[in-house]
Formats: sequence, structure tokens, C-alpha cells
Amino acid sequence: MVRHSRSQVGPDTVLNDYQTDGFFDELVDQDGKPRPDTEELVNLINRIPVSELVRRQDAIERSLYQMGITFTVYNDSEGTEKIMPFDIIPRIISSVLWHHVDAGLKQRIKALNCFLSDVYSEQRIVKEGIIPADLINTSSTFLQECIGLRPFNDVWCHITGTDLVRDDSGAFYVLEDNLRCPSGVSYVLQNRQVMKKNFPQIFQASQVRPVNDYPARLYQMLCEMAPPQIENPNVVVLTPGIYNSAYYEHSFLAQQMGVELVEGRDLVVEENTVFMKTTDGLQRVDMIYRRVDDTFLDPDVFRKDSVLGVNGLMKAYRSGNVSLANAPGTGIADDKVIYAYVPQMIRFYLNEEQILPNVPTHVCFREDDRRYVLEHMDELVIKAASESGGYGILIGPHATKEERQKFAAQINQNPRNFVAQPTLSLSRAPTMIGESLEGRHVDLRPYILCGRDDVWVLPGGLTRVALRKGSLVVNSSQGGGSKDTWVAAEPGQTVARV
Amino acid sequence: MLSRVAESIYWMSRQVERAENIARFLEVTHNWTLDQPEDEVDHWLPLIEVSGDKQTFTAKHQLANAETVTQFLAFDTSYVNSMISSLRQARANARSVRESLSSETFEQVNDFYRFVADAAKAQPLDSPNDFFDAVRRIALQWTGVLDSTMSHDIAWHFANTGRLIERADKTSRVLDVKYFHLLPRIDDVGTAIDDLQWSALLSAISGFEAYRREHHLVDIEKVVGFFLFNRSFPRSILYSIAGAAASLEQINDSSKSTRSRKAVQIMLPLQHRLQETSVKEVLAGGMHQFVDVLQTELNQIGEALNHDYFHSLGPQWPSA
Repeated sequence: MVRHSRSQVGPDTVLNDYQTDGFFDELVDQDGKPRPDTEELVNLINRIPVSELVRRQDAIERSLYQMGITFTVYNDSEGTEKIMPFDIIPRIISSVLWHHVDAGLKQRIKALNCFLSDVYSEQRIVKEGIIPADLINTSSTFLQECIGLRPFNDVWCHITGTDLVRDDSGAFYVLEDNLRCPSGVSYVLQNRQVMKKNFPQIFQASQVRPVNDYPARLYQMLCEMAPPQIENPNVVVLTPGIYNSAYYEHSFLAQQMGVELVEGRDLVVEENTVFMKTTDGLQRVDMIYRRVDDTFLDPDVFRKDSVLGVNGLMKAYRSGNVSLANAPGTGIADDKVIYAYVPQMIRFYLNEEQILPNVPTHVCFREDDRRYVLEHMDELVIKAASESGGYGILIGPHATKEERQKFAAQINQNPRNFVAQPTLSLSRAPTMIGESLEGRHVDLRPYILCGRDDVWVLPGGLTRVALRKGSLVVNSSQGGGSKDTWVAAEPGQTVARV
Repeated sequence: MLSRVAESIYWMSRQVERAENIARFLEVTHNWTLDQPEDEVDHWLPLIEVSGDKQTFTAKHQLANAETVTQFLAFDTSYVNSMISSLRQARANARSVRESLSSETFEQVNDFYRFVADAAKAQPLDSPNDFFDAVRRIALQWTGVLDSTMSHDIAWHFANTGRLIERADKTSRVLDVKYFHLLPRIDDVGTAIDDLQWSALLSAISGFEAYRREHHLVDIEKVVGFFLFNRSFPRSILYSIAGAAASLEQINDSSKSTRSRKAVQIMLPLQHRLQETSVKEVLAGGMHQFVDVLQTELNQIGEALNHDYFHSLGPQWPSA
């Protein structure tokens, strides 16, 4: 009788059995050798028995649950919150590679801010024939109410969470810009905290750049961008409330910054000035980091049925008595069709070539593109322009014939609303699946803060992992998990301490 | 601080205190019936009377016994004042203001709720005593966490006010009903059984040892005095009211506005009256009347807090 003893799943077998299956792997190359800056981690994985990794993974998930780091599934009454599944193997990005990502993101956010200032004022980019006027006017995220607005210092996107992916050559691409209310940064900070606690030695040895100054940087930026005439601005975070799926993050960020977390009902506008209702009467508010969508912000101007907003907020904003981060109206630059024009924006506003490329995008609005898309549906990923969160997407190669036909009909009916991209062979990273490591597809969402004088990129970001075998969908609403992301420091850069 | 946040913190704290008191009452009663299986006095129905929700109970259960009363008071999710419902509301309140709490405070109330919710799923309890003992310990941890991880600022003073108002209310209720049930048994006065019952009552507020140190022997007047007027024991009514009054004064003093505050105007005279009243006077006027008046005043203070700080009832908002 063959007995499966514990020692067969021994300390040195975890990565030996690991297959990259021809995909680009974040940790090891095609020969199984560690990539730059990952040697320490690979050694550790080979040293620790699998059972120990599984034990620590369980311990971490338990502590995330205990800390209440959850997102709401439908309501709170039965404690129906979930933690985002956490994977214990960190994703490492070498210092050289990060240099490139950092420069590319900064360039992009500068161009996007220029575009927003332009599109809500002169529209030079339209007049010069670079973006068709029709595309702007038909976008549901272009807000007439924002025409003529001049946010302080021409910064519209104070906080951005750009989605990046890598293809089978390892090259980075920008998948989406997420300029409205990007979420997930709290996971970055909490993931880091639990990893430091569980793997202090390896963390130290890997010379990882710190992320824990994010809340301080965020607060500093928000103060900078408050109306300039205010000396000690009162900053608040505006949340839709505890039933919002990202409520935990809103509350976490407010707590970390030491500012009030307010709901719409806590605010009131009098004489074009925003106040919050306190136990001591009304108190002035100068900067609102709002996590409420544009169209819910002010029922006087946008959706009349919004109970999440504040009557008169937009008037106060126009009067320059309060700042909003991000500015209302940024959604136009987030439109999946407008996205296709970002390389042109970079050329037009900055006179530079893009450092981080777009995923090649077919815009169904253009007739040639549309014909190509309809003929190659089984190869392409097709996206509805106004959806987000992994909804309204057809992954051609995985779709049935009926699903493709349904999408084709929708494209023909409203070509403006669709774009298509080649199905990228996304990079993978080793992920604990049961008791072994298997490759799973990942993306990366770095966070960018745009202040008065400079643009800052958080060294790291949220690595989301599609836990289902072969899946390319990493969204937490669709079964995605996350990993800690370690950006290796260059000589002379600050290193995170345990 | 935000009015909404102040109100949530106040209620969070009251609800945890409520859950703790339920656990205390149930623990002491389970203990008592284990110790005195031959005792014919019904100890379960009075617990329902303490709750003030007898009607709700009788609509669901015919008999008040260890099982039904424990189920109702501890685990009935459809009964709004049960231990599990109180903790669920406390947790929901904590969750809605967690940025104003220390992380430990939120984690503690989260743990507390989950511990009781897990037990509710695993009913019947193997050992009610072990369970309620564990709950009481978690509640004591909660007190420690709240007091030693939160800055004693306005938020804490609202939490402290909620906790102490609830405690004064519950201490008065348990005394009221137990007094009613224990006293008429004239035959028992001065007997070992009588001693044991009053001792159990003291244990319910963790006051048995403190009482013994002060008075050595059980004496009805002295026990009543200990419950009502002890100046140093943290669960006596006077001590609770004095603490709540001090917190309200702190809240008042920190305010920049000169609006008059109703709550503190009810609280301070109440404290003063408790300090000036003797046990004999209480017994002469009737214990039940005394407790009734006290509870009415505690309710008025609750309404006044709403008027002064929370504003959740009125549509209008006082201008800046």
C-alpha cells in the first residue's frame, strides 16, 4: 500500500512543480529562474513547507475578517460581508520596470487633466479635428453642467487608479484610466500590513518601497487643493453610506487622515457655503473628497432623486467656496471610446509620445473599425463604453455563438457605445490554490495623486488576481482576489521597515 | 463632532451595555438554579419582567423556563432588545462610525457580535454558564478597550453617557423586580436561602465582593443602599448617574455655542437628589415608585440628548 506521507509535499517541491504554461510569469522566467529582484522571495517559497504557507494564508484571511476589512455583498443584517480573497504570494515589480511605469502614469495624468480643462472650455482638441465632436456630445459622462468650470490649478483628477496589464512579452499596457472614484487603495495598505506581520524577514530582505504614507500624502494633497483663500482647510470624506460596497475604504481613509466621514445628510449649503451638522452647530467644510458619483452629488443640478447628495453643492463649488476631489465631469475622460484617443491627447497637449501604450482599441463608431470588429468577434474583447466593474464585457474567444450574435446586434444598433480590443494573453503570477501554487492572471492598479506642484505615484498598487483557472476577469465583484505588490527599491530610495 | 456620529456612538455604547446586562442576569439565574434545584421560586419569569417586554415574550412562549427565557433574551433575532439584536445594532452603529473609533474598539464589538452569533447557531448551549461567563469577560474587555484605546474626547464622553444611562436603567430594573419577588417571602427573611438570593443579586452586578468588604453580612437595607447609592462601586445607580453627568458637563464645556442644553439640566438635579436620598426614604415611598420615577427621568435625558446634540427628530437645524 502506498502511503502519502506529509514529507512528499516537502519544502522544496512547491515551485518545482510550478508551470508557466507559456504565459508571461511575474515571478519566474520560462526556465523557472527568478526574475530580477525576486530571488529572496523564490528562496523563501522553496524553504517554507506548503502546509506552513497554507496555515499563514488562513491566519491572514482570518485577521482580515476580524479587522472587518470587508465589502458588502447585499446587506448587513445577517453579517453578509465578504473579505476580498487574499493571496499570500506577493507580486514583485523590479525597480527598473517601475521607473518606466511611474513615468508613463505621470505623463498620462497630465495629458488627461489638460483634456478635461479643454473639453469643458474651448474644446481645441475637437476644433483641430483630433476627437470628433459627436463622440463628446453623445457621451453620457459629458456633463453640460461642468462647462466653464475651472477647478483650482486646472486639476480635475486628484486621485486616479489606472488599470495596467502585461501581455505575453511582459510589456505593460493601460487598460482603463478610472478617473472618477477609483477604489481599492485600502486593500493595498492592509495587504501590506498583514504581509509585514507574517513575513518580516523576507520583506526586509527584498528591499520593498513603502506604501504606508499614502493617507498622509492624500491629506496633504487635499489641503493643497482646497480653495486657496482658506488657511486651515476643513477636509471631509463624503460617502454614500454603509451600504456602499466600498464603505470600508471610505471609513478607513477618513480614519487614517483623521478627518470626518460625512454622508450627504450631514451636509447643508447656506449662502453658497458648505457646512456639516455637528453637536456644536454648523461647521464650515472646505474640501470634499467625494466618493459619491457625479450625478448623485447635487439633486438641484443632477439626478433629482438622489438622496446621497447635497442640495446647492454645485453652486457652492462654482462659487469657489469648496473644492471637490475629483472634480465633477471627469467621467468623460473615462469613457472607453475617449480612452482610445489618449495617445493623441498626449501628442496634442504635451507634444510627447506615450510612454505606457494603450491596448490597441477599435472604436466601433468608425466604420472601418466596426466592420473589422464584427468580422473578428471570436478574437476580440468587446466592451460597452459606459460600463465598469467588469460588466458589459464580451470575451470573444470564451463566448458562445449566441452571446456574440447578441453583442453584434447591440453594436449595429449603437456603434458609439462599443469598443473592441485584442484578447491579451495576460501575465500570470503564482497563486495558492488549495495546497499548491498555480499560475493565475493578474492586473495592476497603481494610485496617482495629483497635487498643486507635482504628481505622485504610490510605489505599488493593487494586484488583482483572477482566482478561477484561465479566467481573465479580476474584479472583486466577479470572484477576484488580491496580492500585496512589492516595488523593489533602487539604491538610495526609502525602504519600508517592518 | 458630527451629530449623526455622536448619536451612533451613544447608541453603540448603550447597546453593548444592554447585551452585557442581559448576559449578567442570565448567568446569575442559571447559576442560582443549578445551586438550588429544590428552590420552588420561579426565577425565570422575573427576568422577563426586568426586560419590560413581557408581552412580546408571552406572544412567543407559553412557559418561562431556562430554555425559553435564554432563547428569548439571548438569541431571539426577532426581539429587538435581545442580546444578539443589541449587539447587531451596536455593530451596525460602530460600522457606520468606525473612522471615529479606535480600530480596537471596532474589532472588539465585531468579535463580540460574532461570538454571540456563532453561539446562537450552535444552540442549545452545552454549558450556559461557560457561555455567559465568556460573554461577561468579552464585555469587560470591551470596557477596557473603549476606555484605554479611545481618546477621552467628546466621542468617548457620548459613549460613556450612553453606557452609564443604560447601566443605571438596568441596575434599577433588576433591583425593582428582584426586590418585589424576594421581599414577600417573609418566612425566608434572615435564612440561608434569603442570604443566598441577595448574594446572587449582588453577583449580577459583580458587586458581591465589594459589598462584603464594606458590610460583611447581608442586610436588605444595606444591599438596596449598595445598589442605589454606593459612591464608589461602578455599577451602582448613583455612581452611574454621577459619571454620566460628568461626561455631559464635559460635552457642554467643550461647546463653543451658548445654546442651553436640556440634558445636563435634568441630569445634575437627578444626581443631586440621589446623593441626598436615604434608603429608608426610598422604602417608605415604595421601591417601585422610586424606580419608576428614575426611569422616566432617564428617558427624558435620552430625549433631551436628541434635542441638544443629535437632532435626528426635528427637521429644522439651528443656524450657525
